[in-house]
Amino acid sequence: MKILALAEQRDNKLKKSAFEVVRTARTIADQTGGEVIALVIGDHVQAIAGELGGYGAAKILAVEQPKLGKYSATAYAKIIAETAKKEQTDILLLPATAMGRDSAPRVAVKLDAGLASDCIALKVDNGTIIATRPVYAGKALSEIKINSAVKVFTLRPNVFPAGTSNGSAAKVEVLDIPLAESDFASLVIETAQASGKVDVAEADIIVSGGRGMKGPENFTIIENLAGVLGGAVGASRAVVDAGWRPHNEQVGQTGKTVSPSLYIAVAISGAIQHLAGMSSSKYIVAINKDKDAPIFQIADYGIVADALDIVPALTLEMKKLLGK
Amino acid sequence: MKLAVCINHVPDTAAKITLAQDGKNIDKTGVTFVLNPYDEYAIEECLRLKEKNTGEVIAISLGGDSHKETLRKALAMGVDKAVLLKDDSPRDSFAVARALADYLKGISADIIFFGKQSVDSDNAAVGTMVAEMLGLPSVSVVVKLEIADGMVTAEREIEGGKEKVQTRLPAVFSAQKGLNEPRYPSLKGIMSAKSKPIEEVVPSPSQVKAEVLIMRKPPSKNAGKIVGTDVSAVPELVRLLHEEAKVI
Repeated sequence: MKILALAEQRDNKLKKSAFEVVRTARTIADQTGGEVIALVIGDHVQAIAGELGGYGAAKILAVEQPKLGKYSATAYAKIIAETAKKEQTDILLLPATAMGRDSAPRVAVKLDAGLASDCIALKVDNGTIIATRPVYAGKALSEIKINSAVKVFTLRPNVFPAGTSNGSAAKVEVLDIPLAESDFASLVIETAQASGKVDVAEADIIVSGGRGMKGPENFTIIENLAGVLGGAVGASRAVVDAGWRPHNEQVGQTGKTVSPSLYIAVAISGAIQHLAGMSSSKYIVAINKDKDAPIFQIADYGIVADALDIVPALTLEMKKLLGK
Repeated sequence: MKLAVCINHVPDTAAKITLAQDGKNIDKTGVTFVLNPYDEYAIEECLRLKEKNTGEVIAISLGGDSHKETLRKALAMGVDKAVLLKDDSPRDSFAVARALADYLKGISADIIFFGKQSVDSDNAAVGTMVAEMLGLPSVSVVVKLEIADGMVTAEREIEGGKEKVQTRLPAVFSAQKGLNEPRYPSLKGIMSAKSKPIEEVVPSPSQVKAEVLIMRKPPSKNAGKIVGTDVSAVPELVRLLHEEAKVI
């Protein structure tokens, strides 16, 4: 079994998911006796790719040219598929990020491969990979076996452990995949990212607010708590639909499905479609003045009180603990 | 301008999901099925593009007869034509994409729209697969779309921000919430949708590459500890998170 692990970079920095994907490839290879090949695509990425050796990549490939500094669905998919063919890898692991979820379906078609998206676990059973993935936003889990010769999986960020580097740096080989102008049929021309802001889909701690916050102005206390904890701000569908918060913060079935270490649900009652999106969080804290709110049914710790009183006090107490 | 919008018929997001006897599917008994929420944005965008540029919007759905209900909703919203690719055999993303691509190949649409994902299988893969099968560019998770003289500038959502993508028509897009505000079907629309024909096409059978072995419920969480009922509970909550849960 040969595994190709796509290590995503942004602005020439490997993303956390890159280490998760390579480490997961290593874990599978250890069980099946296979080889792990890591692939980094971008502009001048050879220098940053070596680090992946410490996470279990025996071979590291870099495909680089100035135009690849920005994401192009068509070009990236071609590079990934061509590399898989060249290296004769039969398993491909990609991150289930905006980039990975956009390119994996193209790669699967190019390689006539089955695809399992947004997997939360991979196990090896008699030499076959069985993937677990949430369906219906997490209301159920599917176990998937891919029957085609080549198999493509995308891994949900923040779920698979990246572990720590063992310090070994592998040599990075620059691979030449010839690309024509027509391979850049679509191209990113501009990226706008809020600096220093953690996205809910990648956050390890999420503080979410619901309708019980009474108004958009009260979200400052949520932002403050998230800021102190180094986490992301989330929101329920009700407050997004009311226009209090942007849609990219929505957690739940028509928003993001998340599995952080800590999810603090503030003034969120816990509609079924919200619970589906966050109930796989490792620890859940609920703050709500309604003791019968469904959120308490799945919360590890709860405080039954007005969130507007509790949250500022919680922020203060956390500051003390963290020495901020 | 010819616009195609591929839509799905899925359990309402408020539905409770229970499993069927076979352990591979959900139990559909008593579950309300609706037009996939993201597909509403896709339909709306197609209707707006048609209103701006003239043309025709065709809605396509792959599934059994029950999908006619969702196709009628699309007709009620204002699409011109509805096509049912009649086949309710189990299919993975690849097999769904294959059936849609086979049909779409024959109609040469300028724009093909999808919802960013179906809220049942949540693979978010079919739209981009169809694009690859048809050799077309694509932009997924689109929150803003501008088209002028066949040139496209689309904004898609990424982690912590947005990216602006440039491409050309014909192209495939998938709609994210926020792209627009979908219209409600008018009474006139609902009435006329009832009598509009739905074309039926039988797609060729396709092999399933990603097979569902079992479906199960996630491990259930139990209600935990109520730490307190006022501000005095806060230090104890912090202690529990720090010492017991060790997440802080």
